[in-house]
Amino acid sequence: MGELLKVERLQIAFRGDQGETISVEDVSFAIQPGETMAIVGESGCGKSVTSLAIMGLLGASGSIKRGYISFLDTNLTAASEQQLRKMRGSQVSMIFQEPMTSLNPVMPIGRQIEEALRLHLKSSRKEARQSAIDMLRKVGIPRPETIAKAYPHMLSGGMRQRVMIAIALICQPKLLIADEPTTALDVTIQAQIIELMQTLQAENGTAILLVTHDLGVVAAMADHVAVMYAGQIVEAADVYTLFRSPRHPYTQGLMNSIPRLDAISGGRAPAIPGQVPSLHEMPTGCRFHPRCPYAEASCRELQPELMETGDRHRVRCWLTETSEADQIAVHRDTRQKVAL
Amino acid sequence: MNETVSFLDREPAIEHKPLMQIERLSTHYPLRSALFSRRAGSVKAVDDVSLTLYEGETVGLVGESGCGKSTLGRTIIRLEPAHSGRIRFEGDDITHYTPKQLIPARMRMQMIFQDPYGSLNPRMRIGDMLAEPLLVHRLASRKDVRREVDRLLGLVGLPASAGNRYPHEFSGGQRQRIGIARALSFRPKLLVCDEPVSALDVSIQAQILNLLQDLQQELKLTYLFIAHGIGAVKQISTRVAVMYLGKIVELADTEELFRKPRHPYTQLLLNAYPPPDPALRRERARVILHGDVPSPANPPSGCRFHTRCPYAEQRCRIEEPLLTENRHAVACHYPLE
Amino acid sequence: MGAYLVRRLLIAIPVFWGITVLSFLMMNLAPGNPVDMLINPNIPPEMRELRKELLGLNDPIYVQYIKWLGELLKGELGYSFSTYAPVTQLIAERIGPTLLLASSSLAVGLLIAIPLGIVSAVKQNSKLDYLMTGLSFLGTSIPPFFLGLGLIYIVGIELKWLPTGGMTTLGGDGGIGDVAIHLILPVLVLGITIAGKKVRYVRASMLDVLKQDYLRTARAKGLTEWSVTNRHALRNALIPIIAVIGAEIPLLLGGSIIIEQVFQWPGLGQLTMEAILSRDYPTLMGINLVAACVVLLTNLIIDVLYATADPRIEFN
Repeated sequence: MGELLKVERLQIAFRGDQGETISVEDVSFAIQPGETMAIVGESGCGKSVTSLAIMGLLGASGSIKRGYISFLDTNLTAASEQQLRKMRGSQVSMIFQEPMTSLNPVMPIGRQIEEALRLHLKSSRKEARQSAIDMLRKVGIPRPETIAKAYPHMLSGGMRQRVMIAIALICQPKLLIADEPTTALDVTIQAQIIELMQTLQAENGTAILLVTHDLGVVAAMADHVAVMYAGQIVEAADVYTLFRSPRHPYTQGLMNSIPRLDAISGGRAPAIPGQVPSLHEMPTGCRFHPRCPYAEASCRELQPELMETGDRHRVRCWLTETSEADQIAVHRDTRQKVAL
Repeated sequence: MNETVSFLDREPAIEHKPLMQIERLSTHYPLRSALFSRRAGSVKAVDDVSLTLYEGETVGLVGESGCGKSTLGRTIIRLEPAHSGRIRFEGDDITHYTPKQLIPARMRMQMIFQDPYGSLNPRMRIGDMLAEPLLVHRLASRKDVRREVDRLLGLVGLPASAGNRYPHEFSGGQRQRIGIARALSFRPKLLVCDEPVSALDVSIQAQILNLLQDLQQELKLTYLFIAHGIGAVKQISTRVAVMYLGKIVELADTEELFRKPRHPYTQLLLNAYPPPDPALRRERARVILHGDVPSPANPPSGCRFHTRCPYAEQRCRIEEPLLTENRHAVACHYPLE
Repeated sequence: MGAYLVRRLLIAIPVFWGITVLSFLMMNLAPGNPVDMLINPNIPPEMRELRKELLGLNDPIYVQYIKWLGELLKGELGYSFSTYAPVTQLIAERIGPTLLLASSSLAVGLLIAIPLGIVSAVKQNSKLDYLMTGLSFLGTSIPPFFLGLGLIYIVGIELKWLPTGGMTTLGGDGGIGDVAIHLILPVLVLGITIAGKKVRYVRASMLDVLKQDYLRTARAKGLTEWSVTNRHALRNALIPIIAVIGAEIPLLLGGSIIIEQVFQWPGLGQLTMEAILSRDYPTLMGINLVAACVVLLTNLIIDVLYATADPRIEFN
């Protein structure tokens, strides 16, 4: 089976007061039908911008400068606005981080769900209402007939995120883009939403592009993971490989800095020093080198490419080329022992 | 595992001398529906909570949003009026102090917020902002104030040059450092940290947590650490209290609580955190806590958790369980073994 | 909602009473009195004194006020000092034209302002936006009477397209068509003034809504920009405008006083001017009272509209 979505050497720029800034640089990945691909990274790393680019929702100030996005063998970067609209909400849909503000406050919930059906499948008012109620029931909303007539402010954050999922999945899209779907929710509600997305994915075979900063959510849901730092993918692998043997120093740092529940309290988390660089003052060479404990002279001067290191594991680091990669892995093991 | 070593390392920091004693504290918010209408009732945001903070320890406070953890933090340093109960700080009953009486105590109990940006004056240089309270409260003379500001910046890991810059020039993590520096300028004993790392990037969270731990060692601080991120709470706390709908439902030493949670709510809450390891995904068939938190304006009868509790029995619906008084305290009729 | 309305009306009573006290005081503090204003040198001073005595003008202010309030409670507004006609009758004759003028102007003003504001916001920072902003600035800064006089001169006198004043043609049938033709110029003047201010409100409110997350949700469904703007953004943007309209009503009533003068519109504005010039206290008090009624009532209507338009607001 071919790829559902293929993103190839994508570069995205935004026009602003200080001229043009490149917020995403040389991003390539692919999603197979039905799988879950996660993009992980910190704020400003370009993960949300990448997902908006797939939707064609970069807005007036953003544009794709280079590379292409193909979805079901259609080149989206060359598609007309009308073609993109036809695809949005029917083939690809999206849920967002803020369930509190992502629903129209003055429109009843049922109508917000029906809208896409009426638009894309040309359903009648009655059919659409029935499908909306069925969908609300599917996403676990109690008393769906009543809730369809209710307004968003009457629902809790978790319930609103369920409504967002209902809106996104009503036309049975092939791809669901979930941008920090659980970040604004309480942890108990997070667990409910993750379970719901997984159930619906299994039922409909929807592929999910999960955009998040939360490695816990990634570990719970993803099949493949791409780690982004400062606008670039720095490491990509299947989820087990990535968590078992992360090879990029940034990925390793991220994993080490999560306080683990199975660690001892009162210990210290090995933090990554320094700050995420701003888009206006990107470091030369490897973008992570000012924070990297292993940086060498070459890292300061030359930008590494994302290189295949075997078994679909790609890493953007000079050190993985040499035997030092293994040293890093060893180093990490010892550090873990120290932490214990 | 040689866990005892690292655990004991921290023991000497805890002198078992109470710094703050909270006795049967309640904080209510009136629910006023409209002009000329009578009081519609009240939300018991904090309901009959007792807790003692010992010098040098960190008590983590966890629970879902709306459980009253932030209100408790704000009430104990008298940012919210207490409805009933007593707050003793360093032996003095400060519950009903007038604002003027409160000043010296207030300086010794400070708060750190989730978003320090909201509390920083955008038009004031960091140095001037830190200097102001020092001069107003005569904590430093005009001659020494520069040096004191530099010392504070140094304490939180910022260069002295940061004093000449404005808040917007700093990243989130640095602003949180500034927020901490400001709290420290009063030379406090107690710091109430209200979600100090939740708004920060993962890689920065660890920096701030480590900083808080260093400062605690160095300055003999006591923390009430309020957070929904359980990993951070686990790392920094000596004891952890779990709140649900205005009540503490479980309170124990951190290791003990995480290893053997006794309240069903604690167990389900801990279970809800996905472990950062895909290998545990299937192995850990997670029991999911269903439903939303009920409205605190109209809490369920009996045990407040009974509506979501998988083990609830008839008794739980009627009779409210009390928090036991042992070292591992739990408020449940049928605690887990 | 019924209970809400009753409560609001009950709150209105003390407000209402306060308005009568204030306006009574202010009138009496103004220099001159109705008798002195009759500048007829042939009336001897003794007659004036007698007249003052008869009209009760020599009583202390509070006695005058209590007498007036007593009449009001009986449903009487008294008699005009200058024409001796009952004030209720005077107002009844004039209120219709004023309400007609004010409501048509408001409608026209909004019909201009809302589309222009939306276009301006959607095409933010375009030439079109700058043009709209410029026009709205012009609309607010030209004094209405000046605009009125200008229009009378050009459209009425030079081009002779429209009548220059009055509500009906002398000797005409006074039918709807006739009134409508007379209405065009004054409504245009007031409407442009209102629109000038409102365009900026609509634009600002729309710009605010256009940034909201739920519009991104709407776009992600595949809706066209037209649907996103008109189905999702517009209603949200208009809710705050409702409140602004409420604040506009008193200004509108005040503004029509001048416009009614300029266009000789036989409304309350003209009556007010006449009453002020002759210090006709009972008529002025009557007009104040009616104006207060209209303002309080429209504010209530606005609040109800506001709560109906925004499901997040409940009647309480």
